[in-house]
Amino acid sequence: MLVYIIRRSLQSLLVLVAMSLLVFAGVYAIGNPVDILINPQAEQLERERAIAELGLDRPLHEQYVTFIRGALSGDLGRSFVHSAPALGMILERMPATLELATAAMLIAVLLGIPLGLWAGLKPDSAGGRAIMAGSILGFSLPTFWVGLMLIMVFSVMLGWLPSNGRGPTSELLGVPVSFLSLEGWRHLALPATNLALFKLALLIRLTRAGTREALLQDYVKFARAKGLSNARVILVHVLRNILIPIVTVIGLEFGSVIAFAIVTESVFAWPGMGKLLIDSINTLDRPVIVAYLLVIVAIFIVINLVVDILYSVLDPRVRLGEAKG
Amino acid sequence: MSAPTGMRHDRAGESPAARLAADFLANPVAAFGLVLLGCIVLLALFAPLVSPQDPYDLAQLDIVDARLPPGSTSASGGTYWLGTDDQGRDMLSAIFYGLRISLAVGAASTLLALVIGLTFGLIAAYLGGRIESLIMRIVDIQLSFPAILIALILIAVLGQGTGKVIAALVTIQWAYYARTVRGAALVERRKEYVEAARCLALPPLRIVFRHLLPNCLPPLIVVATVQVAAAIALEATLSFLGLGLPITEPSLGLLIANGYQYLLSGKYWISFFPGIALLLTIVSINLVADQLRDVLNPRLQR
Repeated sequence: MLVYIIRRSLQSLLVLVAMSLLVFAGVYAIGNPVDILINPQAEQLERERAIAELGLDRPLHEQYVTFIRGALSGDLGRSFVHSAPALGMILERMPATLELATAAMLIAVLLGIPLGLWAGLKPDSAGGRAIMAGSILGFSLPTFWVGLMLIMVFSVMLGWLPSNGRGPTSELLGVPVSFLSLEGWRHLALPATNLALFKLALLIRLTRAGTREALLQDYVKFARAKGLSNARVILVHVLRNILIPIVTVIGLEFGSVIAFAIVTESVFAWPGMGKLLIDSINTLDRPVIVAYLLVIVAIFIVINLVVDILYSVLDPRVRLGEAKG
Repeated sequence: MSAPTGMRHDRAGESPAARLAADFLANPVAAFGLVLLGCIVLLALFAPLVSPQDPYDLAQLDIVDARLPPGSTSASGGTYWLGTDDQGRDMLSAIFYGLRISLAVGAASTLLALVIGLTFGLIAAYLGGRIESLIMRIVDIQLSFPAILIALILIAVLGQGTGKVIAALVTIQWAYYARTVRGAALVERRKEYVEAARCLALPPLRIVFRHLLPNCLPPLIVVATVQVAAAIALEATLSFLGLGLPITEPSLGLLIANGYQYLLSGKYWISFFPGIALLLTIVSINLVADQLRDVLNPRLQR
């Protein structure tokens, strides 16, 4: 078990280093930030001083070494545009993204599992069919366009909900959050719904498939034969057995929700990390791009690692397969 | 492909292709999807012939007609069924031209990725050993990240432009094909017809491409169909974010992005209708893919 965890962690570390190299080399090799960041009318001397200050005159591999040394001490460079520490800018915006992602995931779980259960128990009923049709639509609708349509209906036509920003935030343990005030909830409602739709569709399908499979199992037939109430059979026997794969998927999908938040944040002007990334790509603010990518890749690697380890605890066959392969 | 025995219906004398077509059309929803997709492709192909105006010929645009709601009459007497954008461009024509670009980018990236993924998947399955584990490890790692994230990393690294977007889409997709082909090829490799071909001392390349490949195609076709839809959606998303195609290649995503700023003042049609076109395209492809999966899956055939 320990060996597996160590091996799996080393592998994750290797991926992180490879990604950092790839991202750094790519991002630092394109475009010329000198042209963007320094006034074209500036004196030659002034230009050179600025280049030396930003460390852009040194060869790439030296820049990378400086960058890694900085990264290990938590310093991922300073934003060219805002001249603030890149990592600080990312971390400052992380709570907004995490709040959005958590809200979206909660919506997806709280609606997706009951709806999927219903569709699985009554696959041929009108309700079951409608749920499945809706989930196909949820897969096909492009997130950004749904976001626009939500704004169009709920902000422009009905005027019920605000269409952009986080609204007033209140401090919780020093972190600004929206969900403590009614106004914050109103700002959170549309972006969270938008981000949740895709995962909602996924969870509905997953729960439905699991339920249909579980209903055919002997333990369910046995539970029914014992004369247990329908509610008990479904809630205890069926639901508990389908929850293991669902929990795994929820874990893995959380990372993808954070990544997809980029799109939703852009549509709703939500001040999170994703919007910062898009703005940085447009202004070629490379330290921020690199910092964002490294932070999100690290989040992903940690999530994948934790899910893999949890899974190997739940299901020993996973470890055996890994050892053989 | 050898004709499998015990198909859904016993129709001796029909060719396998005719049987597949009949099975496919047995589901009315799928048939509808296929017809819809056919119409969309035709509209895209013949966009210059069916469009009321050439939306990118500045001589045909009249700024007086800018931002007219659907059904308005133009200064020159025509009708704008879906309204006009901020340049006075007929949205219906812009959508036909946009479909063209979206479908072309989706199809081109899928084809390229298919060839690359197919090659690596077959190499992995046929050679095995270190090369196989290297290829499959790269595939596994790549598939553990969401497509949008990989696309953004690549766009940030490569820069922007049509070629770069296609490169990003190809990089995302090849892994799906490599994994599917390898899986199918590993199963097929153990079958008797491959052994027979080996006994005949046929050259390995011939065995791989003439015997193994055709039998790996059914699952690959299904994955490719789903991936075309995914590629079109991803390109639209990137273009909407301003990181996709340049404004000289106005795909559906760019049309939607263009209408974004007018949405808040109630001028919904500039974003709404291109989105509907995108949605219909994706839904029709997904419907076709769903049915293809059932028709091509021998396990579902009685």
